Amino acid sequence: MSHRTEGVNTERQSMIAQKMLTTNKRQKTENITGKTIAMICAGLLVIVVLSITYFIASKGLSTFFVDGVSFKEFLTHDKWDPEGEPSAYGVLPFILGSFFVTALAALIAAPLGIGAAIFMTEIFPGFGKKVLKPVIELLVGIPSVVYGYVGLTLLVPFIREQFDVLGFSLLAGGLVLALMILPTITSVAADAIEAVPQDLRNASLALGATRWQTIWNVVLHSALPGCLTAIVLGMSRAFGEALAVQMVIGNTTKLPGGLFEPISTLTSGITLNMGNTIQGTPYNNALWSMALLLLAMSFIFIVILRLLGRKRLAK
Amino acid sequence: MKKLSKMFIALTCVGALLAGCGSGNTAQTPAPAQQPAQEQSNSGSTTKTSGEPVTAVGSTALQPLVEQAAKDFMAKNAGAQIQVQGGGSGTGLSQVASGAATIGNSDIFAEEKKGIPANELVDHKVAVVGMAAAVSPQVKVDNLTKQQLIDIFTGKITNWKEVGGEDMKITLVNRPKSSGTRATFSKFALDGKEEAEGITEDSSGTVRKIIAETPGAIGYLALSYFNDSVKALKLDGVEANAENITTNKYPVWAYEHMYTKGEATGDAKAFLDFILTDEVQKKTVTELGFLPITDMKVERDAEGKVTQK
Repeated sequence: MSHRTEGVNTERQSMIAQKMLTTNKRQKTENITGKTIAMICAGLLVIVVLSITYFIASKGLSTFFVDGVSFKEFLTHDKWDPEGEPSAYGVLPFILGSFFVTALAALIAAPLGIGAAIFMTEIFPGFGKKVLKPVIELLVGIPSVVYGYVGLTLLVPFIREQFDVLGFSLLAGGLVLALMILPTITSVAADAIEAVPQDLRNASLALGATRWQTIWNVVLHSALPGCLTAIVLGMSRAFGEALAVQMVIGNTTKLPGGLFEPISTLTSGITLNMGNTIQGTPYNNALWSMALLLLAMSFIFIVILRLLGRKRLAK
Repeated sequence: MKKLSKMFIALTCVGALLAGCGSGNTAQTPAPAQQPAQEQSNSGSTTKTSGEPVTAVGSTALQPLVEQAAKDFMAKNAGAQIQVQGGGSGTGLSQVASGAATIGNSDIFAEEKKGIPANELVDHKVAVVGMAAAVSPQVKVDNLTKQQLIDIFTGKITNWKEVGGEDMKITLVNRPKSSGTRATFSKFALDGKEEAEGITEDSSGTVRKIIAETPGAIGYLALSYFNDSVKALKLDGVEANAENITTNKYPVWAYEHMYTKGEATGDAKAFLDFILTDEVQKKTVTELGFLPITDMKVERDAEGKVTQK
């Protein structure tokens, strides 16, 4: 932007410089307005993020500072009975439930998603990009209540009949979530794989590697941070999903005991109880503390994403 | 990638912002939008209504009834504005206590909920709802004694054959611990005994679906939710019907309350009076599966003490 004329120039040069300077003036005002608008938007975002964090923290922390629940009890005890006498505020079953169902969803969706990404970029790009990608991305648009209802109507009875169990289970929640995060993992992984330079593939093939060896050892290897990013992004979505999970997981407040046992997650614990509790009571505050935990988890996921992104940039 | 994560953050913020608006001030948000419409109708014609917006927030069980009544009320009184929203009994009680809503709908007495200044609120009982244990039609049991019901819900009895049914495992379908339906059922059907952990869902529709489709499931539903897919059990041989509830022969029922902070005034008072008229009580209330409050032959207070009317 800052073109400076040296002072002693030929007439022609100074004329050009003059012209550039005048246009610069207009550009400058445009730049300033653009910058101001961008700054206001960015500032607003920062304020919103900070105030949400502050709000949830102020509500969530009062469980510990106002109601006197010990932080250790909250995180490590498995008895949840806020309305009982005496009341108990152990959210370990919810935390473990959230972690297990997220891990299961990632375990199912990661191989599928990355496999689909390899297929649509390396093996069958034409069909992959024209048909497979839009079809998979269609899954994003389906509201989560629909996933939940389909899970409740088809998946739960299916599991019940196949394995002679209740049906509402960790497995059902994991499967529904896996389907929901599949598009995220697939499209992010596909972008990462596409970004691998063609030279690497050519070099590998020139050295006599087979197509599969190239994909496995070269393409996937150099796209690994991107694929990990895809999985973490999917997991962060799975961790925060409430409605679909709530409908198929059973919401039984106990420690996870196996694939076929009903469990609870942090999100389902919050959504089931928030409307029926009174603001400011220990019960309500405990729910906010669970929300704070979710917020902390999403911060952690973002940090992980950042670290993965940095790793890729460094390459 | 960077772009995507930025978008992700931005979307999260927007979402959270919207959610914040939704829960923080549910009662007041619709008010400004109503303003122009009211002024128009107020200046145009002379109505007996004050035109001040009335918001009724809370119990989702009561919501259909209040919505229908509000529709009829507004049709009769031009200029009246009644906004009806759900959110749960707890939300209703706390919103009306804080003054954010004009009317707080609740399935339970304000005295029963910790943290509510019940003495500041005025109770308007508008209907009665009965609740019954619901089982899937495959269960060949029609009647349970109270002790059997308690044993089932506390987890002592785990198979239907122990109460005269088939050899089938019992699956409990509960409400969340904070639920008003759960509180009523456990107070009057289970004598306050603590329920064992089971499948937990909040929405009555989902509970009904789960009970209908899970072999051997038992849960509880408001009478308005019963249809062919689930079966209501008799309690100690008494059927859960209108006649038995009005005399308290069948004890598992609850009032539907509409609380105001202090005495109701203006449109809120007119609206509450309207709900108590025969027109609403005999028609809307019955049609939606509730019992008219005017039919009750007994009265029950917050402690559960029953007196003849």
